[in-house]
Amino acid sequence: MEKQENNQPTEQKKYPLTPKGVKWYIGSVIAVVIGLYFLAAYQTEAFPDRVIDGLPIIFLFAVDDLWPPNWSYLPRVAMALLETWNMALFSTTLAALVALPVSFIASSNINRNPLFYQGVRNFLNLLRTIPEIILAVLFVALVGIGAVSGILALFVFSIGILAKLISETIEAIDPGPVEAVRASGGNVFQVITFGIMPQILPQFASYTLYVLEINVKASVVLGFVGAGGIGIILRQQLNTFNYANVATIILVTFVAISIIDLISNRVRERLE
Amino acid sequence: MSEKPKVSLRMAMTKKQKTYFYIIMFILSALYINAFFTTSFSVSGSAASPLETLRRIFIVPITNMDYIVQFPVYIGYMLETIAIAYAGVAVATILAIPVAFLAARNISHRFSYIGKSILNAIRAIPELIFAIIFVAAVGIGPYAGVLAISINSIGMLGKLYAEVIESIDKSNIDAIKASGGNRIQAMWYGVLPQVLPEFSSYSIYRFEIDVRASTVLGIVGAGGIGAPLILATYQRNWEDVGMILIVVVVFVSIIDLISGKIRKKLV
Amino acid sequence: MIEFKNVSLTYPNGHQGLKNINLKLNEGEFVVIVGMSGAGKSTLIRSINRMVTPTEGELLLGGENILKFKEKQLRKLRTEAGMIFQNYNLVKRMSVLRNVMAGRLGHTGTLRSMLGLFPQEDLQMAMDNLERVGIKEKAYVRADQLSGGQQQRVSIARVLTQQPKVILADEPVASLDPPTSHKVMKDLKRVSREDNLTTLVNLHFIDMAQEYADRIVGLRDGEIVFDGPIDKVTDKTFEEIYGRPIKEEDLLGGDES
Repeated sequence: MEKQENNQPTEQKKYPLTPKGVKWYIGSVIAVVIGLYFLAAYQTEAFPDRVIDGLPIIFLFAVDDLWPPNWSYLPRVAMALLETWNMALFSTTLAALVALPVSFIASSNINRNPLFYQGVRNFLNLLRTIPEIILAVLFVALVGIGAVSGILALFVFSIGILAKLISETIEAIDPGPVEAVRASGGNVFQVITFGIMPQILPQFASYTLYVLEINVKASVVLGFVGAGGIGIILRQQLNTFNYANVATIILVTFVAISIIDLISNRVRERLE
Repeated sequence: MSEKPKVSLRMAMTKKQKTYFYIIMFILSALYINAFFTTSFSVSGSAASPLETLRRIFIVPITNMDYIVQFPVYIGYMLETIAIAYAGVAVATILAIPVAFLAARNISHRFSYIGKSILNAIRAIPELIFAIIFVAAVGIGPYAGVLAISINSIGMLGKLYAEVIESIDKSNIDAIKASGGNRIQAMWYGVLPQVLPEFSSYSIYRFEIDVRASTVLGIVGAGGIGAPLILATYQRNWEDVGMILIVVVVFVSIIDLISGKIRKKLV
Repeated sequence: MIEFKNVSLTYPNGHQGLKNINLKLNEGEFVVIVGMSGAGKSTLIRSINRMVTPTEGELLLGGENILKFKEKQLRKLRTEAGMIFQNYNLVKRMSVLRNVMAGRLGHTGTLRSMLGLFPQEDLQMAMDNLERVGIKEKAYVRADQLSGGQQQRVSIARVLTQQPKVILADEPVASLDPPTSHKVMKDLKRVSREDNLTTLVNLHFIDMAQEYADRIVGLRDGEIVFDGPIDKVTDKTFEEIYGRPIKEEDLLGGDES
């Protein structure tokens, strides 16, 4: 089966599988990624071999020191866990109420003033760069130790996330119903209630539940700086090296979060 | 003709819907009432006035020369924080791939629930708990932080990767098999080019999250900028808290900006 | 060169995909298989490269019964029978050239192919084949940036680069608009003529079948109900194959231009 022999040009051109420029580009990207990894591993003393060596040590620690948990400590843990849950519930509720109007002015298809829109967007981005622990420190400094500072910290923390997610949903809605309401003479509020809210309500509920999940996990941290919840007793027990109690706290937290995640995931699946 | 029946805007609920509605309302109100009665809303306030505290956090660090010269110290801590996140997410990327294949329904079929359960369990543990366990086991330092970040990231990366694998377009595999390629070649030329950009994109996204998460680790001794933060908090050095806040916000913003650009190019 | 001897295919659920097929295809023939959807056209074509396996009978290719083939022989068989799919089945994120080279995988060692170390003459051949279907200048473009017609040409080039003896095309133009369909079919017919390849094409538009086929095989409910050269085919033939009068939807229209 000789097919193209005769119409071949006299001098053969070489064809690479990938053009040279692309090859260099990919090569240098890979080099940078690996180079940065070695830099990071050097600084943190966590080269791959040490990571692998560490795993059995951790397992042994869990078996020897953490097990068995101290079950008599359970009532105290339950009380702290309740506070953690309440903090998450309050902060998420407040954040949902505030984030909804904020996300309308953070959506380019509602807020037609580009300067105002960019300003709101930048502010939300800035809000999301602050880790919850620093927010907790700030509110502890302002309103003192206790659950209130934790609620405020999580509230601010959630607004950034929630407003971003909801505004993205608003920007992605079907413009048809909005135009229809506008065309029949509706004002901004009518456009929102009849054109937009029906479209975003399921996602709004779903994202709020998602943020509730995040807040339950985040509120574990807050107690370390005095902002209430289970972190307070976790810090106490760690400082006294009472690992049996620490194990109780970890186990109860794990079970509680798993249950909350499970319920929230079920509800969110039904919403979508 | 007598008077017309009343028309309501909403359709009348069926009996079942009504029951559901009341049950949900009951649970929600019980949750809120319980929360109101079991939370202490006491506000103590600190010794100094709030305005003074705010001034010390936000104004003094950027106006007083004594503090401005200390910024490099905290930038050093921040770089360590970023290194923890980077090393952690790199390890997690490698380890998440096999778990993701185990969790993907179209690959592991009946066994996928094993992978899914592992990933759900990991995601139910906050990174701080991992950090506490690892610091207790291997000692204080960023090494424990890297371990905590990598294990914690596997939970989310594994889930996202599994979703990517589940949405693979199988027609490419057919084409390669139909032209005589073997199973490995079908993976390499049919599957890998599809999943690689999305895997990388998710890893970079997770890196953004991990930089924030790593700022917390220091409060339990797992390295990074959390260590000076907790110290400053205990000593009520609000100026130092302010400086740390500025450094974190600036670096996180820069990282978000860069990684957002890269991710846009990838997909 | 391809011979079906009493070939039947029964699915595990009891449905019969093919019923007692006897068919002999000669080298270099351009055969179009027609029939309504669900008539077994796809099953027939996919039996030849064993993407499906008939349960009874013998299927001879070059004198060998391919239904007995195991893993290794099977891959060899598949390198000799190139397949063109309705949805092109290209890896959208890879360059056109890489997609064409994917047709070469059966001829290339696993490690070599993983490292992308294809022999230069294979790359030359890929480029030549892209030139034959008129898209050489797109070689380094990502596949998803091409139009549907161009993507199907890439898959023709992929099949040619495989250096097959047989081309199997499963509804190659079903996703394309009429003018593009004609162009792609013309390209396919031209290259199969030039390389003297036995070509089997599934089509459900009867005007297309009449225009390009040397020979037409009609299927209904997994059985061959017609087999003959194109000059013996009339509109009545199609009515027999379809078992009903010809309708508007059976015609593609949009004549070649």
